[in-house]
Amino acid sequence: MREIDKRTRVSRRTVLRGGAAAVPAAALASGGFVAAAISADAAWAQDASHLTPHTMASLVRMARDIYPHDHLADIYYVNAIKPYDAQAGGDAALRTMLEEGIARLDADSQNRHGVTYIGLAWEEQRVGVLRANEDTPFFKKVRSDLIVTLYNQKAVWPKFGYEGASADKGGYIHRGFNDIDWLSSV
Amino acid sequence: MANKFDQNDDSVVVIVGSGAGGGTLGNELAQKGVKVVILEAGKRHEIPDFINDEWASFAQLAWKDMRTTSGTWRVHKDFPNLPAWIVKSVGGSTVHWAGASLRFQPHEFKAKTTYGTLAGASLLDWPITLEEMEPYYAKAEYKMGTTGTNNIPRLPGNNNYKVLEAGARKIGYKEVHTGNMSINSQPRDGRGACQQIGFCFQGCKSGGKWSTLYTEIPKGEATGNLEVRPACMALHIEHDASGKVTGVVYADANGQHQRQKARIVAVAGNSIESPRLLLNSASSKYPDGMANSSGQVGRNYLRHMTGSVYAVFERPVHMYRGTTMAGIVRDEARLDTSRGFVGGYELETLSLGLPFMAAFLNPGAWGRPFTSALDDYANMAGLWIVGEDMPRETNRVTLDPVAKDQYGLPVASVHFDDHDNDVAMRNHAYKQGAAIYDAVGAVRTFPTPPYPSTHNMGTNRMSENPRDGVVNKYGQTHDIKNLFVSDGSQFTTGAACNPTLTIVSLAIRQADNMTAMMKRGEI
Ligand SMILES: Cc1cc2nc3c(=O)[nH]c(=O)nc-3n(C[C@H](O)[C@H](O)[C@H](O)COP(=O)(O)OP(=O)(O)OC[C@H]3O[C@@H](n4cnc5c(N)ncnc54)[C@H](O)[C@@H]3O)c2cc1C
Ligand code: SF4
Repeated sequence: MREIDKRTRVSRRTVLRGGAAAVPAAALASGGFVAAAISADAAWAQDASHLTPHTMASLVRMARDIYPHDHLADIYYVNAIKPYDAQAGGDAALRTMLEEGIARLDADSQNRHGVTYIGLAWEEQRVGVLRANEDTPFFKKVRSDLIVTLYNQKAVWPKFGYEGASADKGGYIHRGFNDIDWLSSV
Repeated sequence: MANKFDQNDDSVVVIVGSGAGGGTLGNELAQKGVKVVILEAGKRHEIPDFINDEWASFAQLAWKDMRTTSGTWRVHKDFPNLPAWIVKSVGGSTVHWAGASLRFQPHEFKAKTTYGTLAGASLLDWPITLEEMEPYYAKAEYKMGTTGTNNIPRLPGNNNYKVLEAGARKIGYKEVHTGNMSINSQPRDGRGACQQIGFCFQGCKSGGKWSTLYTEIPKGEATGNLEVRPACMALHIEHDASGKVTGVVYADANGQHQRQKARIVAVAGNSIESPRLLLNSASSKYPDGMANSSGQVGRNYLRHMTGSVYAVFERPVHMYRGTTMAGIVRDEARLDTSRGFVGGYELETLSLGLPFMAAFLNPGAWGRPFTSALDDYANMAGLWIVGEDMPRETNRVTLDPVAKDQYGLPVASVHFDDHDNDVAMRNHAYKQGAAIYDAVGAVRTFPTPPYPSTHNMGTNRMSENPRDGVVNKYGQTHDIKNLFVSDGSQFTTGAACNPTLTIVSLAIRQADNMTAMMKRGEI
């Protein structure tokens, strides 16, 4: 059956076109890899103008911990969180919610483990801190926004084997709507 | 655009809503020479405007005006302001429906007689029988080009269907096929065949799927007797001193209030907006709302016992390729109380794209148990459960005492609690759905909770006795002769099947009876 290539493809053409659907330029700066891990020193965190780099980095960490997909590079989580910075510029209440939300995660983490949330090395420990906060309006907002901001990026769809729009390709009538070939063997 | 019919022309029939009920009734009346104005709250989006993208399409087509919820149903917790997924656009929910078109079984018109009295349920028999409905079902199937009827071949099965079929046969189910679908398996009625695009819920870009938007409505318009006014939201219905309705006040695209006079008004805004409009039309003569002397307007809200089962396999399925709902197992639709519940259910193929799967697989869930399921999206198959739910007086649409919409009118508030029978049936269906997939090697199955309601019914129900319901066997309100209800809110009970074929059949029948009453000078 026709399967989907889930690997990230960075062709010269998409780089030259700066294609929004491909991996953004930032991810290519160091030869196709995202340079820094999730940290306040990363360029995308330093670039934030309304949220602190620490808050940005912690939100991206949080996004990864809420919806961890090991086959997705950090850049997709950065893309999902980034709009908060501009929104926080025009919405003081949102900014407070995000800054205070991260501060509270840090305080919880300090109490339990003696380091900030983002400083916790094990996902299990970070998830423990998040679980303790999952009923807060802050957590609920970030989680429910991510459902759209993460999974509605067209660039992540092929990584899950989802092909997106099909009418422009003539539908699936000649592209594998009934090509399953393993049923007789089960 | 100038109105075709004068707003002071009191010989027109005004229909509120252009979906399955309203769009069909409008065309049927127009064909008989009756002048019709359809007021439609949504804009007119045609086939080229449809978008193969779940969220973008939702933003384009869905009803997003404020609604509120209460009750123990999970939708209240997960989607407090989205009780239902309904289209606000010319064509109504037939723009994004999946096309499954099934007839009721004989006993399903006699739920009270067949099931007896159940505590906490307000069961009632329909005032019509299957025999009376049969000629209209036949007309509807012909009109809609339903596969498996009128010698129209069934659709080819897609990957999702093949998994369902193989599993269902392995566990002994017999009535398994690609359904009775109002989707062209071959060109018909000036429309092409299904291209297996897979975005049936986002508007069919091939036009292969029946929708009033590009069948009934243009056919009606071609007679010169039908005018559709898009972006016109009916606000309330007016009446004279005798109590007869005289017209509808609506807000046009600019928010200006307008009045269309009418000989007859037919309400077809789907089962949340229709009772809301009647309740918002309260007056000193009708203090509890129009056609509501029984107190039944808005009650007995039905949404079908639903749920989904998704399963992950070792190897790919690509369930999203091809027709979304062309696959059915009918064996459990039978009446058999030995299963621990009355009524029955169908299992139908279903797939969601990745964005909607993320939102609806297990709303609110997070962490690896959830994401590991999505990681296997390409290897998933899915089915949807459609069962008969029990009517309850307390499951109802009321006017929210606080929330108002953009026109300043109270919004609809939807209260729903599952009946014990619904819960027992759902648990049975979850078990059977998982067994189907386990039989063909599923490595993991997911009993997925009901989505915001797609099948909305019952809130202006038909009854023999005016005390028990809102309309008679013709959809005519018991209280007001020239006021009709023409959508799924007429349903006395919901049966174990998708409602639209029955809505369309009732609309064809209503057009016959309405014109006969007009000829006889009764209305
Ligand atoms: C995703 C999905 C898939 C479905 N698949 C199937 C299926 O396979 N088979 C099946 O049988 N059913 C299916 N359904 C259900 C089906 O779409 C509905 O049952 C049917 O369309 C209801 O018809 P209706 O006439 O009651 O209302 P609708 O078709 O919803 O039409 C109501 C119209 O009235 C308009 N309106 C409301 N209030 C006002 C007002 N005050 N003024 C002006 N206009 C107003 C609305 O904007 C809307 O256009 C599906 C539904 C969904 C959401
Ligand atoms: S699968 Fe068929 S019916 Fe569904 S949208 Fe595509 S062409 Fe239309």
